[in-house]
Amino acid sequence: MSARDPEVTALLAATRPDESRLSRLHATLVTRASDEGLLDVAYTTMDSPIGELLLASTASGLARIAFANEDFDDVLEHLAARLGPRILHAPHALREVERELDEYFDGSRREFDLNLDLALSAGFRQLVQQQLAHIDYGKTRSYQQVAESVGNPKASRAVGSACATNPLPIVLPCHRVLRSDGSLGGYSGGLEAKRILLALEHAA
Amino acid sequence: MQQPFEQVVAEHSATVLRVCTFIAGVNDAEDAWSETFISAMRAYPGLPEGANVQAWLVTIAHNRSIDLIRSRERVPAPTDEVPDAQSRIGIPGATDDELWASVAALPLKQRQAVAYHHLAGLPFTEVAGIMGGSAAAARKAASDGIKALRLRIAAESRTEALR
Repeated sequence: MSARDPEVTALLAATRPDESRLSRLHATLVTRASDEGLLDVAYTTMDSPIGELLLASTASGLARIAFANEDFDDVLEHLAARLGPRILHAPHALREVERELDEYFDGSRREFDLNLDLALSAGFRQLVQQQLAHIDYGKTRSYQQVAESVGNPKASRAVGSACATNPLPIVLPCHRVLRSDGSLGGYSGGLEAKRILLALEHAA
Repeated sequence: MQQPFEQVVAEHSATVLRVCTFIAGVNDAEDAWSETFISAMRAYPGLPEGANVQAWLVTIAHNRSIDLIRSRERVPAPTDEVPDAQSRIGIPGATDDELWASVAALPLKQRQAVAYHHLAGLPFTEVAGIMGGSAAAARKAASDGIKALRLRIAAESRTEALR
């Protein structure tokens, strides 16, 4: 394209849509896409005492909670590769998840009542992650104890990697798993986040 | 690997709306936009790696806008009501309305060539691929379109000055 005609400049200026119009159109796209079963993944972000969280769900349920230190763009690309590329920012689809998490963070909720989609994990790791749901609010277990609870007492290191790759932290409470000596071990959201969650549950 | 569709929408939403407004008209632009992105979402998992997403979306916007124009032609518009000609783009103003009136008065081929080349930035070979015909014909249609707009806008501002 050579130097721009003034008519083209005028057209571009006159046709520049304002943001509110584009976001209204985006919202209608989300509604229609989910009605027609075209949405692979809906996501949103929310503030929390342990930093911003990304929440992502499929038609089957909540599939991913990510911490801010995980770079949300990378997380979304990973979800596109694993669950399908038809991903839209759809806060409405995650309203219930957000509400339960808010209640958890303000101390008024001890258990989550959500449909989960464990499509992002498999095999032994998924078995361990499901087992995490049986560790009660305010209680802790050692990696060793969790290994025993899934019938594989020698697998405490594998339990550690299952916790590190937990796609649904907080809801599947890997923060309740500590080293046998009581030290924190690791946490995908950072040790400070693990400390805050344990303190929250201890205080409640 | 395909990027999340949200990024496709974020990057191309405004361009698609411009193109739809140009081809389908101010009042049908939003319907054409929605049809374009729903069609795109249906086809997205099959889009080949490295495809030109902008050209792909403009092609879909072209097809959906033409569908809308044809369906409007089949259904006669109600005649007992004056159609709302107010611009829904940005802040409605006299200048935009005049511009849209000038755009609407152009032949479809010229509107398409101007929109796909000047608004969406596609080269004339791609514009021709979407519209049919040769690249030279697309270039001529775009240039005629801009010329006609220039004359109309100039004529309107002269009329304005005489008032």
